Amino acid sequence: MENNRQASLKNLMAADFTAYELQLYLDTHPDDKDAMTKYTEAVKKAAVLRTEYENMYGPITAASAAGKLPWQWIVSPWNWE
Amino acid sequence: MWAYEKKLQYPIKIKNTNAQLAKFIASQYGGPDGELGASLRYLSQRFTMPDNVTKGILNDIGTEELAHLEMIGSIIYQLTRNLTADEAKAQGFGDYYVDHNTAVYPVNASGVPFTASYVQSKADVIADLTEDLAAEQKARATYDNILRLCDDPDVKDPIKFLREREIVHFQRFGEALTRIQDGIMDKRTFYMNK
Repeated sequence: MENNRQASLKNLMAADFTAYELQLYLDTHPDDKDAMTKYTEAVKKAAVLRTEYENMYGPITAASAAGKLPWQWIVSPWNWE
Repeated sequence: MWAYEKKLQYPIKIKNTNAQLAKFIASQYGGPDGELGASLRYLSQRFTMPDNVTKGILNDIGTEELAHLEMIGSIIYQLTRNLTADEAKAQGFGDYYVDHNTAVYPVNASGVPFTASYVQSKADVIADLTEDLAAEQKARATYDNILRLCDDPDVKDPIKFLREREIVHFQRFGEALTRIQDGIMDKRTFYMNK
């Protein structure tokens, strides 16, 4: 369970980082078509992985913790644990 | 990690520049009871908090303080937008202007740069939360001082919002501290940590 969670989280972290790296590139290349294609793809992929992770293991953001008591947002593990 | 949102927590739209007021309000950017110190204090203390409630409240309020830092920076920016050197001099802003022009920089109202010694982090939940309660009241008192020094409704409005947030944070920290103390009392130990 914990190994699966870690693996799923690592995939999401990689997908989010890909999108973020392209964000920085687009900041200084605002008209780059190839970068925009890659960014759009990366954002889509990251959104799918995020939903998968959150459904299995709990919220990444507080807004994803809506609807369920007790309040799942504060449940461990935190990032530094 | 954090993700930036392209919106302020509360709107800031200041029509008239006022460099002297900007200097007063700068204390809530880089002064002893300011938003930079608040965010560093809570975001540093959260690592060694003992339970999910204290980790959660310090994480979330520490994050909100970063949004308040952005609001204070926005107020300073709008109060000094297009300021000329003559205006800076006439409005008591010359000493700030000579080092920073109209840049936003973390200093207190008399120009002393930000220092981490405004902040403590003790790995002791009672010590940390007690400091946090005091910090929120000191920030609230500073906002009261700013409101007494300010007669521009465009500035007073967001400052009143920030003042109210200090009161809400004080309330939440108090609840977190009470929970911890009740837990300690249940174990019939002393009314303090460890």
